[in-house]
Amino acid sequence: MAKRVAIVGTGQTFHKSHRPDVNGQELINEAVQRALADANLKMKDINAILIGNMDHFEGINYVDCWSVDGSGGVMKPVIKITTGGTTGASLAIGGYHMVASGMFEKVLIIGWEKNSESDTTGAITTAFDPIWDRQVFAGAISGLAAEAQGYMARFGACDRDAARVSVRDRKHATNNPHAQLRKEVTLEEVLASPMLADPIHLLDVCPRTDGACAVIMANEDVAGKICSVPDWIWATAARHSYTYLGDGDWGRLTSMEKCAKEIWKKTGIKEPRKEIDVIEMYQPYSFAGLIWIEDMGIVGHGEAPQYIWDGNTDMGGELPVNPSGGVIACNPIGATGLIRCAEAAMQVMGKADARQVPDVNFAVSTGFGGCMWTDMLLHGKRKPN
Amino acid sequence: MDKAAIIGVGMTKIEANKERDTFADMAWEAVNKALADAGMTIDDIDNVITTSSDFWDGRTISCMAVADASGAADKNTSCVEGDGTYGAFYGYARALSGSYKTTLVTGHSKGSQCVSSLITNSAFDPIYERGLGMDMVTACAMQANAYMDRTGLKPEDMAPVSIKNHGNALKNPLAQLPMKLTLDDVMKSEMIADPLRKLDCSPVSDGCCAVIIAHESVAAKFKQQPVWIKGLSFCTDHFFFGDRDLARSNSLVEAAKNAYGMAGIKDPKKEIDVVELYDAFTYQELLWLEEMGLAEYGKAAGLLKAGHFNMDGPLPVNPSGGLLAGHPVIAAGLYRIAEVVLQLRGDAGAHQVKKAKTGLAHGVNGLCGQSHCVWILDKER
Amino acid sequence: MADVFKGVEPIIYNSKISVPYSWWAGDTASRFFISLRDDRKIIAPRCGTCKKVFMPPRKTCPECFTENTEWIDVSSEGTVVSYSVARRPLEAIPADKKIPVIWGLIKLDGADTALLHYLGDVKPEEVRIGMRVKAVFADSRTGTIRDISHFKPVK
Repeated sequence: MAKRVAIVGTGQTFHKSHRPDVNGQELINEAVQRALADANLKMKDINAILIGNMDHFEGINYVDCWSVDGSGGVMKPVIKITTGGTTGASLAIGGYHMVASGMFEKVLIIGWEKNSESDTTGAITTAFDPIWDRQVFAGAISGLAAEAQGYMARFGACDRDAARVSVRDRKHATNNPHAQLRKEVTLEEVLASPMLADPIHLLDVCPRTDGACAVIMANEDVAGKICSVPDWIWATAARHSYTYLGDGDWGRLTSMEKCAKEIWKKTGIKEPRKEIDVIEMYQPYSFAGLIWIEDMGIVGHGEAPQYIWDGNTDMGGELPVNPSGGVIACNPIGATGLIRCAEAAMQVMGKADARQVPDVNFAVSTGFGGCMWTDMLLHGKRKPN
Repeated sequence: MDKAAIIGVGMTKIEANKERDTFADMAWEAVNKALADAGMTIDDIDNVITTSSDFWDGRTISCMAVADASGAADKNTSCVEGDGTYGAFYGYARALSGSYKTTLVTGHSKGSQCVSSLITNSAFDPIYERGLGMDMVTACAMQANAYMDRTGLKPEDMAPVSIKNHGNALKNPLAQLPMKLTLDDVMKSEMIADPLRKLDCSPVSDGCCAVIIAHESVAAKFKQQPVWIKGLSFCTDHFFFGDRDLARSNSLVEAAKNAYGMAGIKDPKKEIDVVELYDAFTYQELLWLEEMGLAEYGKAAGLLKAGHFNMDGPLPVNPSGGLLAGHPVIAAGLYRIAEVVLQLRGDAGAHQVKKAKTGLAHGVNGLCGQSHCVWILDKER
Repeated sequence: MADVFKGVEPIIYNSKISVPYSWWAGDTASRFFISLRDDRKIIAPRCGTCKKVFMPPRKTCPECFTENTEWIDVSSEGTVVSYSVARRPLEAIPADKKIPVIWGLIKLDGADTALLHYLGDVKPEEVRIGMRVKAVFADSRTGTIRDISHFKPVK
């Protein structure tokens, strides 16, 4: 029989734009040590390690093999999962299935990136098909600009609505000692910041970060012994479904829609807006904060801007989004999706300190990849049925 | 724990240069072959795991290139970066995790599209080692020297692996390099890095393999007799060569021990009928056999010479021709699994071995066999 | 391939992954390289718990999983644990090295793990596992692993 699985510990580095004092695996080691300490476990208690990053950001082949000194992987099963921007979430999903299958009792999941070590845009451009797309595509931002334009044209939103999302997340980040950017910004500052790709301004998008995150998952036989309030994984979903740029349905994130529908159906969630208490969304730019909560089924299409202006997604609101400050405040890409998962876990476990949302029963964490992919996890305080 | 089985396999021919096929074309071919083999349609597949390498493909997010062709468009999917045996391990876990019943696993690469020396040089530590300019071949030469020094073997003792495997490939229509070789042929081929000559080394090839793994509750529903996954395990050793004993492979000993334990195998030499292992270089077949417990340390070469590992011998090793006869990196381990499946089903055609109830498939990740994945497959549940 | 492709010439698109890298060596490796560059001295960190001395240096002990806080001098002499000789000009080999290129794994006296580097001033046929070698420092040193030029046999 499959096992139920919970997160029993998390750890992160204090993410910065540059970490010259450590190499990649020393960075990994910091997050791993913190996760072990959080779970009160030793390396010998870990049965397998899953690790991921985006290869071309660090230029190291077979990272799972290279990083064993830092990850604790010597003489353990170590496996690498990488799916671009969704890597961190795909790792969390991988850890879940590895434990649920019964093959491992406790796994350590590591996502990391040292974006400072390379030309991020140069590396991202190599994601795109070399024959058809690569020569005209200008990095992640172009796809996002196309999406934003599509949404604005269909639903009448404007860049001011998106800027409100940036303001929210940057304010939330002031409560998060791990976030890279911890200064608030105003609406005017966002709209006045340099235009990157119309309608996206500099302060609408994520920074480049060096950081690592580690999450420990355990099965139901031991989770309750390791920590008093484990974070149970109720369901996972992923859609990685397009290959050429012209295939996307601009203005709607269909992969998010499909993941959400699958998860709500599987877990019996009928009214996500009421039943979900907090969302940590991989939101690489502000417009996504409008579009993607609609596709998640929180509010109807075109309704997000008003929902957000009314303060519903702020701390203290009906459904806080990104209490950690999210991706706009911090983006070590291979870690980012896992940080969302760790932050959602901390919310359920009551370990989120100054950014804690009260009485969390269900939390959602998502991952996003620059090719309009979505990964999603539902976290819960109660054990799943 | 619940059980799972492999219910379909599909392999493209392994070639030096598939100039008419993109990654997606190869995936399309392998996936459709696997579905046909299983008697399934893509709708019978619950989730998809692809295996690829951003470095080998020259693409960040290399999985993107094959997702649609692998039928992943509206399914749950993920990607493992590493040898195909590791991707299949994750696929197995997903068939048992309660969320899915059938997992399609693919693995691909096109060696013809890249410069392998530079790709494998990138596996070395950027700060301490990369600038010294080693690659997989010169690294494995270093391991071969350590192994020969420890065991007293000579290059002539390793060459017969090449003769056997290229010879076996004569009976495998999918192999790239079927060749009838003599000891002289091997010993006179170009020295690449002492002691490894050209015929001691596998090529770097193009190919894609797909396998379908099913939970026991549905495994018998389709066309084939299921081939049961009785044991599987993987383990990773130290990274720096200087931290390891290159003449041995601790991580393979561990992975094999765990796989045998899970499968209930007490005496592998007697209980394993056929082996498909990761013979990227001739010395590796010998060293891996020994560390898997299928020969005593230093003694595999003698057994090889006596015909013990021939197709008609007591323990056939690499009846397909192995990697020496065609090596699409990443897909390599999946081909080993697929070949063992065919053997156990009696479907290996001209390279079928006589007794095949229990088989071992093996894959490697990293430099000089730093990480190993061992699978034990069986006709019986 | 299907008949529809008959006579279609395969087109090839050539490119490179052109992503420049600047790897942070980190404080641990930096300390080691600075000692090579400025003092021509090889130093190594030691685990406070198991007392293992690491070459090349690293910040944490993989077995004890604690930080290595002690640094000691290790000898510039050691024993060859294994070696490799390139006879073909493989693409990864730096432009300034001429075939045959010899690499060695050298266990320096005082270190518990072996360092990967070049063997020089020696013919490939003369290299033996177990032979004693000594570091030769480069005249021009910039704080990289090639501040050591190679290891040569000790007579």
